[in-house]
Amino acid sequence: MAGADAAPHRSWTARLRGRIARTIPPGQWLPDRQPQYVQSWIYVFGVATLAALVVVIGSGVALALGGSAWWHTSPVGHFLNSMHLWSVEIFFAAMVVHLWGKFFMAAWRGKRALTWITGAVCFIGSIGTAFTGYLSQSNFDSQWISTQAKDGLNSVGVGAFFNVLNPAQMLMWHIVLLPLVVGVLVVAHIVLVRRHGVVPPFDAVPPAQQETTPTTETGASELSGETTRFESVEAVTAVRVTTRRSPQERP
Amino acid sequence: MTGYPRRRGDPTPDSHLFPTRPYDLVKEFVVALAVVLALTLALAAAFSSPDRRAITLRDWATAAPNDVVATATAELAGTSASATYGPPYNSAAQGQQLGPFPLAKWIGVHIPVNSAYDLVLAPLRLQHGDAALTAALRDWRATAPARRSAQALAYADALAKASGGNPRRVPPGAYGPVPQLAASFLQLARSGGLDSALTPGSSFYPADQTKALLLLSDGAYLEDQARAEHLGGDQWGMMNEVGNYPGQPWMWLYTFWYQVKPFSTSGNADALVWGLMALLTLGFVLVPVIPGLRSLPRHLGVHRLIWRAPAPGDAPPRGPTRT
Repeated sequence: MAGADAAPHRSWTARLRGRIARTIPPGQWLPDRQPQYVQSWIYVFGVATLAALVVVIGSGVALALGGSAWWHTSPVGHFLNSMHLWSVEIFFAAMVVHLWGKFFMAAWRGKRALTWITGAVCFIGSIGTAFTGYLSQSNFDSQWISTQAKDGLNSVGVGAFFNVLNPAQMLMWHIVLLPLVVGVLVVAHIVLVRRHGVVPPFDAVPPAQQETTPTTETGASELSGETTRFESVEAVTAVRVTTRRSPQERP
Repeated sequence: MTGYPRRRGDPTPDSHLFPTRPYDLVKEFVVALAVVLALTLALAAAFSSPDRRAITLRDWATAAPNDVVATATAELAGTSASATYGPPYNSAAQGQQLGPFPLAKWIGVHIPVNSAYDLVLAPLRLQHGDAALTAALRDWRATAPARRSAQALAYADALAKASGGNPRRVPPGAYGPVPQLAASFLQLARSGGLDSALTPGSSFYPADQTKALLLLSDGAYLEDQARAEHLGGDQWGMMNEVGNYPGQPWMWLYTFWYQVKPFSTSGNADALVWGLMALLTLGFVLVPVIPGLRSLPRHLGVHRLIWRAPAPGDAPPRGPTRT
């Protein structure tokens, strides 16, 4: 088409590509380097949460193959149910440590508020997903938990639309609606993490912004009171790398 | 200023301006996945998972027949938990209030349940060939509502006074057709016919168990079984499951409030706990914008355990790279 040839950069495809590139520049999706201050085991728990989520989804999908009740009578199904249960426990354990770690780092600093918010809503959504899972087991636990939980939901009017005594409705919420919400939020959370990077320590000053001449020992960083200085002779490189980007790469 | 623009007033620098070190994200994820999978397999193999079979109404009638009779009588008298519940099942009460707000009442009745009719009389009407039951149902219909209630209440009182709640030990009285209806109800439950009779519209594909669960929870048997498994409301029951399994420990805070005053003694406990949890949840999500709370981590100092100065001999860093 002549119009498309005249202005290919205005096509929807080009605009979407540009938007994606501006959100997370190429090379930033899967970087092979991290800031020097990323040197604690606490950072492992975010990845561990994601890994556990993969096992949760995998065991859940395997359970779905036989339907909602086959695990009561099949040893294989029961084992898959056990995997689903324990992967969920690991998932929550990792996520709670991850959340506390991020809290103690005040990881919402530097335009990362939305990263925290999406993570927090993921946590709440995961609680809802796990809860509906317990209601979908079609056993004694489902009976007792549902008859107890109905009172809380009914007391604020939610039970009129979210009926925990209807296992068919709860199963749909457990395997379709809530996983969809949590899945979208997890993707958004990861995109935000990749976009903004790992939050620096409190009062850390990057080499390019230090007033002192970068003549200190290469790679030295020190804790001086509340101030963390990451000094490097390659600070100049930092400026060169970041200023070389074209304006289109900026949000 | 290089890197992404910073918000005005937020001194946190762009993380991409700091020196970097090699970090293999993909390897970290694959190792984490392998560890989590291995741990999951080990835990599943070692501890399995709980699966206590659901209680059927037939089980209930077999194990606790007197409880079934007492529950059916309470449904007919309009004194059971479901009969006096309020929204979303009926208008017998206005439901709980969150402060001055009767949220349940505002939402109204969305899942209509007439306990006497839906849980007892409708299943009985599906039975044929029982002359005594047919006569009892005819008597019930022919009796004025106030008198029916009086008869059912009188029978409920008599059952409560009888040894073990045994209907056979109830002295004669003005109970009308209630004893026959309750006895037929027990017979129906014992036969297993009540489970399917409570399915909405007698559907071929039973899915919604609202009525069956309401009936079951109106009796004492379900709670007795739950308490024996340490699942009572005052035993942190909502977050537990049968056996020695971890259950839902992430719901500890929600369950916690039910264990302490004023929630543990309030008639509006559920609404109050939900209101409080809604506030706390909102605070948790909005930590980044709450003055004081958002600055707390800096003063707690736990971050010093996370961010340490590099050890002597660490490899020198390289220039910044987008992370």
